[in-house]
Amino acid sequence: MGGGAWWSYRPEDLLMFSPRVYARLFELHNQALWPAQLLALALGGMALVVLLRPGPRGTRLVAMLLAVAWAFVAWAFLWQRYAPIHWGIAYVIPLFGLQALLLVALGSLGGGLRLPGHWSVRRGLALGLFAYALALHPLTALATGRGLSGAEVIGLTPDPLAMATLGLAAAAEPARRAWLLLLIPVLWCLLSWLTLDTLGDRRAWLPLLAVIVALAARLWPRAPSPG
Amino acid sequence: MAQPLPPLSRRRLLRGLLAAAAVTALPSPGGLARAAEPLTRELPGTGEALPRVGLGSWITFNVGDDPVLREECTAVMAAFFAAGGRLIDSSPMYGSSQATIGHALERLEAVDRVYAADKVWTSSPAEGPAQIEASRQAWGVPRFDLLQVHNLLGWEGHLETLQAMKAAGEVRHLGITTSHGRRHEEVERIMRRVPLDCVQLTYNIVDREAESRLLPLARERGIGVIANRPFQRKRLIRRLAGKPLPPWAAEINTTTWAQFILKFIISHPAITCAIPATTRVDHVRENLAAAREPLPDDAMRRRMADHVRGL
Ligand SMILES: NC(=O)c1ccc[n+]([C@@H]2O[C@H](COP(=O)([O-])OP(=O)(O)OC[C@H]3O[C@@H](n4cnc5c(N)ncnc54)[C@H](OP(=O)(O)O)[C@@H]3O)[C@@H](O)[C@H]2O)c1
Repeated sequence: MGGGAWWSYRPEDLLMFSPRVYARLFELHNQALWPAQLLALALGGMALVVLLRPGPRGTRLVAMLLAVAWAFVAWAFLWQRYAPIHWGIAYVIPLFGLQALLLVALGSLGGGLRLPGHWSVRRGLALGLFAYALALHPLTALATGRGLSGAEVIGLTPDPLAMATLGLAAAAEPARRAWLLLLIPVLWCLLSWLTLDTLGDRRAWLPLLAVIVALAARLWPRAPSPG
Repeated sequence: MAQPLPPLSRRRLLRGLLAAAAVTALPSPGGLARAAEPLTRELPGTGEALPRVGLGSWITFNVGDDPVLREECTAVMAAFFAAGGRLIDSSPMYGSSQATIGHALERLEAVDRVYAADKVWTSSPAEGPAQIEASRQAWGVPRFDLLQVHNLLGWEGHLETLQAMKAAGEVRHLGITTSHGRRHEEVERIMRRVPLDCVQLTYNIVDREAESRLLPLARERGIGVIANRPFQRKRLIRRLAGKPLPPWAAEINTTTWAQFILKFIISHPAITCAIPATTRVDHVRENLAAAREPLPDDAMRRRMADHVRGL
């Protein structure tokens, strides 16, 4: 917004579209992509299985899948659908591209990422987050009365993708790489929380909760490794 | 042999829609078609008589390329024109609103009918001309009737551009905008210094800061005033919803709070028009119908404002 002190604006002054228009974004997106949802869910399910029995190759694969998804969502959702109704999204798209690159680089170069094989609070929270993003988040569309035609599916829309990536990064080692991977998904989830809250969406707290869970998992004192 | 429907038939359909909207916007039998024409006021010194209720497009017309929502916006614009409306206000800041308006103008063949009011919104005056040209293409109009510097952003450079464009006949009128009561002192300085056709600011029955200096100054200097946020983006309507209109509202022929507020705004002698935004055909009709006699006189205006303050 040009002119006027920034603190004199309320979030609702910055909101450029109505709840209905936002909901329709997902409906049209789903219509246009069907049946890609099935593929996305299948690949997401496979990633979850890999995360449950992690090995170097599997972890790399999950990072690559997520990288492709960040690039795809940047193009197919943010660029094609969201940016036309919100000029601010043009500034977010490069960040999604950067996240894709980070996942490729940090997930594969120089040893890549490691995931603990033993159970711990951190791993439980992280996997719970990934599983939620994959299986439950799409169903929350039902709570809004939108129906599944407006479901937000992992790999195709930003919120569940960011949440799933938070899940991966919350559990991964080395810590420095994991923190780098957390940054952009955290920013997105906070933006999504603000947007949904301003739209009056009852699910606004979900992306915020995802951030809290991911940070809690990340900061949870590390269990001594067995042996 | 069955022929595919020519594209024109869709267009005819929409023209039909426009005509139908015109018919249903007519007053009850016995009333004349002319009675449906809204009151107008001249944009001072320009000879341009504008209907005293126009149409905003912030949020309401930002629907992307969603075909269903675009048609709904087209129906709102059809009803707007059918009820005698002309001024539509937009900005490159409003996402896809300009393109939605352009789509509807083309479908309704209403490019000649509209008074196209847009804005320039960039901090860089050098980028102004390219942005204005992109906006013009989105609207699909040969030129804008009014170009305003949005929220005073980069106003000095942009006003130079707009003055040059006006001299070259590339825009008819020019102005500046603000809202929410922001930066009135700066607006005042510009009004005193630069020849403007129009200022746009927030004015309604509760946001009345402009009454003290800017509105009298606009009259003194012969500058038109467009009132934005007439309903405080619906907050005002929500606040009043459920409360009955005072019985004396009948004296100014209002049946709803929206009309009560609009009549208050447009009856101020400095206000050229108010520009409520809406997604609804019934609301656009209701709003245009507020631009009819009788309008409140000074005493009635005071009574209206006091009444709303007391609620
Ligand atoms: N700085 C600037 O240049 C600036 C700043 C602000 C605004 N503006 C301009 O001014 C225009 C108007 O301001 P605005 O859009 O912010 O707010 P507004 O016109 O005060 O309020 C718009 C809201 O009022 C509702 N509404 C309209 N007619 C109604 C009726 N008859 N009964 C009940 N509700 C009604 C609409 O909902 P429905 O869809 O349900 O009808 C819409 O949500 C903007 O669209 C924009 O063009 C310019």
